[in-house]
Amino acid sequence: MNAMTKTEEAKLDAASPMNMIQAINSALDIMLGRDPNVLTFGEDVGYFGGVFRATEGLQKKYGLNRCFDTPITEGGIIGTAIGMATYGLRPVVEIQFADYIYPGYDQIVSEAARIRYRSAGDFTAPMTIRTPYGGGIFGGQTHSQSPEALFTHVAGVVTVIPSNPYDAKGLLISAIESDDPVVIFEPKRLYNGPFEGYPDKPVTPWQKVEGNLVPEGYYTVPLGKARTVREGQDVTVLAYGTMVHVAVAAATEAGVDAEVIDLRTLAPVDLEAIVASVRKTGRCVIVHEATRTSGFGAELSALVQEHCFYALEAPILRVTGWDTPYPHAFEWEYFPGPTRVARALKQVMVG
Amino acid sequence: MASTRTAPPAKGLKNSRALSLRIPEPRFRPGEKADFSSLVIPEAGATPRPEVDTAPKDMRELAYGMIRVLDRDGQPVGPWNPKLDPATLKRGLKTMMLTRAYDDRMYRAQRQGKTSFYMKCTGEEAVAAAAAMVLTREDMCFPTYRQQGLLIARDYPLVDMMNQVYSNAKDPMKGRQLPVMYSSKKDGFFTISGNLGTQVPQAVGWAMASAYKGDDKIAATWIGDGSTAEGDFHEAMIFASVYRAPVILNIVNNQWAISSFHGIAGGEDATFASRAIGYNLPALRVDGNDFLAVYAATEWAAERARSNLGATLIEHYTYRAEGHSTSDDPSRYRPTDEGKIWPLGDPIERLKQHLIALGEWSDDKQQALYEELVELVRAAGRESETHGTLHAGERPSIKTMFEDVYKEMDWRLVEQRQELGI
Ligand SMILES: Cc1ncc(C[n+]2csc(CCOP(=O)(O)OP(=O)(O)O)c2C)c(N)n1
Ligand SMILES: [Mg+2]
Repeated sequence: MNAMTKTEEAKLDAASPMNMIQAINSALDIMLGRDPNVLTFGEDVGYFGGVFRATEGLQKKYGLNRCFDTPITEGGIIGTAIGMATYGLRPVVEIQFADYIYPGYDQIVSEAARIRYRSAGDFTAPMTIRTPYGGGIFGGQTHSQSPEALFTHVAGVVTVIPSNPYDAKGLLISAIESDDPVVIFEPKRLYNGPFEGYPDKPVTPWQKVEGNLVPEGYYTVPLGKARTVREGQDVTVLAYGTMVHVAVAAATEAGVDAEVIDLRTLAPVDLEAIVASVRKTGRCVIVHEATRTSGFGAELSALVQEHCFYALEAPILRVTGWDTPYPHAFEWEYFPGPTRVARALKQVMVG
Repeated sequence: MASTRTAPPAKGLKNSRALSLRIPEPRFRPGEKADFSSLVIPEAGATPRPEVDTAPKDMRELAYGMIRVLDRDGQPVGPWNPKLDPATLKRGLKTMMLTRAYDDRMYRAQRQGKTSFYMKCTGEEAVAAAAAMVLTREDMCFPTYRQQGLLIARDYPLVDMMNQVYSNAKDPMKGRQLPVMYSSKKDGFFTISGNLGTQVPQAVGWAMASAYKGDDKIAATWIGDGSTAEGDFHEAMIFASVYRAPVILNIVNNQWAISSFHGIAGGEDATFASRAIGYNLPALRVDGNDFLAVYAATEWAAERARSNLGATLIEHYTYRAEGHSTSDDPSRYRPTDEGKIWPLGDPIERLKQHLIALGEWSDDKQQALYEELVELVRAAGRESETHGTLHAGERPSIKTMFEDVYKEMDWRLVEQRQELGI
């Protein structure tokens, strides 16, 4: 499965400025091409290519059996994917919006997550669930949620959130090759271009973002490894997905020398990277779009406290979505934008 | 003595055939010529009308037939003719036309950037309009996003509907919901969810509560063909059957679920109505573009429910004449002329033809009514827009964003509201 074909090797050097959807599409394309056990399905995924077009062209290229539409039942999609995975396939399923993953939640929590454990490794479920998450598109409460903490809380599930096209592709390939079930939340607000959280600023498409080059061939980004997006000395910002870009903008807005860490994988999180950075800066701000209470920020805060207590010079702060559903009219009052993050950055510098 | 047989060897050589996976596909895709000539559509009047107390097992053929009242000439025929007076028919026509005029305006408003999203029910207006006229305001409707006609039939103010779509200062839902997700308890209209299928077991539970209390109210719910795949639908069916809940379970089979044809929902070789059979529920399959047929079927199911005989499943056979929503482009996955050649026609045209056949209506009257309704909608639109649109003008107070999460705001929300500075 890891043997590269000649054309893939040749393509390794070729890279192009893809947007995040194209990068995801490319990852699926490559894995469908390399491994006959890979297949992908979900609502509107086949002929239409997905409502966000992530599977565009794949049915045509690989045939009906490898990329197809499903009935509207998230429990059915995830449950059958588990069955296929235990047979030896590597299904990649799309849940149209993360807000619609809940009917499949039992299959993830009670089944995919535990099949290896309860059968003592007799059965395993190597499968990938892709799903767009997050707000910023006026999707109202059922097209905007960030339910990642409901998954990081579940032992046996790997939870991944990319923040740029390169990582989206490399992480998706790693997820497909992983022998554990992986849930990838794709920040839909970043599909077309990076978003710093200023709603009135026009989006620069990924194609025009400097340095955004995605290799056309096979490569991986390892699961469980964070990436330092911006080096700094004064405060560590832990972020993922859309909030990575907001955090970088906030550091500029606040004029604070912040070190921004893009976690990329939430579970298992890259503790080493977090600890090294917080020990260096002595301060920590955690940013996520999800509601605050029992959000993933709480886990991160606990980890930082447990591992960096003596290095901390100020209380850890969280900047998050409010503890309300995502309100349609108040998108930007809800979204934890750069101004709120900047305020927290300044506050920890005083603290 | 019968000859004996040996079980196949547990291991070793097998001489078996390779299996293959079946993936259903629609018959026509963009660029191809749609052709519905092979659809089996019973003649109007051909489907029998059983007594409302008929046992489900004795009326199974109705799950495969189709209740149709209006024939090709607009004449009502057969046992399902509800024999409505002209005033009632005109009310039905007006509701459907107003629904369409409203949809057209709000669709354009979205295109003009006045809101984020909109969904029309073009071609399916009869489904909601007729049902609303059969049910009372005390009954509770648990709709999807495509039954705006229920509210319109009940004279819910168009301005309030628009205020919701614009999330403006006068939005009854205080800007919290995606456009078209209305709610009006006093009109028997349950708050719409964006999560498909959830309303169906809720409708059953509401109906069970009415029975528990010894009341006389019934519930009705609607679900799309595609969404019947959700577990919620099947969970609802089993409760409705076991507890004989006074509820009408409507499936709106408009042939499409975004880009997926009904075959992906398992509706190609079995009818959606036939799903009732395994649950021992009576099923009616109805020409959903025939106002009289929808009316008659709903009346039958309502009478059955009110007689404490329990739930009925109704499949409304119709066609989604336009895109799924403003985010959709159906020309990418189905022939553009499919809607035009849909053999069951358009519900407004068919009811109009019927009224004309009765000598109660004319093309001129139709045109005059159309103009009147467009003007009504235009006036409502102008008024609504004075209260703001999604990105301009007034909004609900930001403070309200923290209200109604719980009955009382706890310290977290109080703190967060302060943090936002309001
Ligand atoms: C649980 C859930 N899954 C997926 C979606 C996304 N979605 C919204 S509408 C729709 C298609 C529904 O089709 P159908 O039930 O046939 O109703 P129609 O739109 O045709 O009226 C889908 C997949 C959703 N809203 N909720
Ligand atoms: Mg449908």
